[in-house]
Amino acid sequence: MIATPLLQVERVGLQYRSTTAVVQATHDVSFDVYPADRFVLLGPSGCGKSSLLKATAGFIKPAAGEIRLDGQIITRPGPDRIVVFQEFDQLPPWKTVLQNVMFPLLASRTLGKREAAERAAHYLDKVGLSRFADAYPHTLSGGMKARVAIARALAMQPKILLMDEPFAALDALTRRKMQEELLILWEEVRFTLLFVTHSIEEALVVGNRILLLSPHPGRVRAEINSHQYDLQSLGSVGFQETTRRIHRLLFDEGEPEPVKVSFQDVRFSY
Amino acid sequence: MSLYPPIRPEYEVPLTPLTDVPLQRKLSLAQRLWQQSWLRKSLILLLLALLWEVLARWQNNDLLLPGFLQTAQAFVDGVTSGELLEKVWISLQVLIKGYLIGIALAFVLTTLAVSTQLGRDFLSTLTAMFNPLPAIALLPLALLWFGLGQNSLIFVLIHSVVWALALNTYTGFLGVSETLRMAGRNYGLRGLRFVLFMLVPAALPSILAGLRIGWAFAWRTLIAAELVFGASSGKGGLGWYIFQNRNELFTDKVFAGLAMVIIIGLLVENLGFNTIERLTVKRWGMLR
Repeated sequence: MIATPLLQVERVGLQYRSTTAVVQATHDVSFDVYPADRFVLLGPSGCGKSSLLKATAGFIKPAAGEIRLDGQIITRPGPDRIVVFQEFDQLPPWKTVLQNVMFPLLASRTLGKREAAERAAHYLDKVGLSRFADAYPHTLSGGMKARVAIARALAMQPKILLMDEPFAALDALTRRKMQEELLILWEEVRFTLLFVTHSIEEALVVGNRILLLSPHPGRVRAEINSHQYDLQSLGSVGFQETTRRIHRLLFDEGEPEPVKVSFQDVRFSY
Repeated sequence: MSLYPPIRPEYEVPLTPLTDVPLQRKLSLAQRLWQQSWLRKSLILLLLALLWEVLARWQNNDLLLPGFLQTAQAFVDGVTSGELLEKVWISLQVLIKGYLIGIALAFVLTTLAVSTQLGRDFLSTLTAMFNPLPAIALLPLALLWFGLGQNSLIFVLIHSVVWALALNTYTGFLGVSETLRMAGRNYGLRGLRFVLFMLVPAALPSILAGLRIGWAFAWRTLIAAELVFGASSGKGGLGWYIFQNRNELFTDKVFAGLAMVIIIGLLVENLGFNTIERLTVKRWGMLR
């Protein structure tokens, strides 16, 4: 049986208007995201991956084509698609951690105050921040802020979770830890995720399916399965080969000679 | 000869729990006292009062420059007889009315300015026109329109508050980061709810600065207006008290009146605005 896609992006063209010119960000991009997918948009800067995510969130209107969520055409931002941004200032500084997680629930009038507090506490516990419920965001570290943003997004139980390079501003060790935690959360909650990154390794680890975009303007280059990889497979031969394949697809290098993987090729950091 | 760094042996250190090293140390009493800003400020005030008293004694002319002690005496007399407090109450009533209406008006103007292009042009044009215009210059016109009394004073007070506050608030709204705006829209906030729940708290540092400036402008305008036209409104306020006493050459009472203006300013600044700041923007880490 074939499931119906949750998110359908159909021949989408996105444009940016500056004062002197119209810049084409993406051209004729189509892809489908199915329920419980961890779908990754991967590409070099200028491939319009963030723009595609913003269009899905409803912040940008497509100049051509359409984006449908559950069959409904997306016209404006809404709480059924919660975004986790890269920037640390995505959490309103005037609200405590708990209030921050409750805020979208209350603002969208999804839940009453008491139920919102209960659900917020539940998801704060899931990301391991129960102890900091009453702290203000400025007292937290970058990784903790990212966790609050994820808890906030999960608490809304959105149809789809949109992440725009959520770990790019974190240090390498914290980033690795956050990827691990995200995968554990997915095992538990099975949310649908649309994830934007420019790191090939992160895409392979976090995603189960990867859309490769070429730059200027962003066009679809390939769609690749990566459900077989996780953090444990970082150094494995298959992982290395897929990494090289993606690299070739993105930067259009000629067919490389087959290389024997030796110990020096194993990379632990990215 | 090529240089190689020496190969050194590796080592590992097992970490035992720290027990004998204190993790924090208390500051000495003098250091802790010096951290209190009210203490430092009181010391400055004390020094200024001392300088004043010395200067007055040296000048030795009660009519031109009464000393600190003499002024303090006049101040205490004014307060205990109730005359000074009554004048303050009259002034404050007018002031608060004008201030609150000014705040409401500034909020409406800036909300319009962030939501529509026309509103933005409207606000920037009006601010450019009226902000440089001294409020007191409108008083003759206000007296003509609203007659002698509270209403004309309130009119000039609104004028003195609204432009400074609107300009600051609008600048604050513009400074709210794009991420925070997108987060708010992502939650489904739009229109007035977006302004109230996202823009106002996010721009609170600028809004507070505007409220401070507005308060100072309002005070100045009120005292100046009362100095000139206080008599005509029947019951005069603090400005009128100063003016009357100058006419009768009670210079110490003039100083007491001025001291009252200063003290109210200090009280509002320290108990009012600083408290609000401590409970909000400082606690949220938006202001050091």
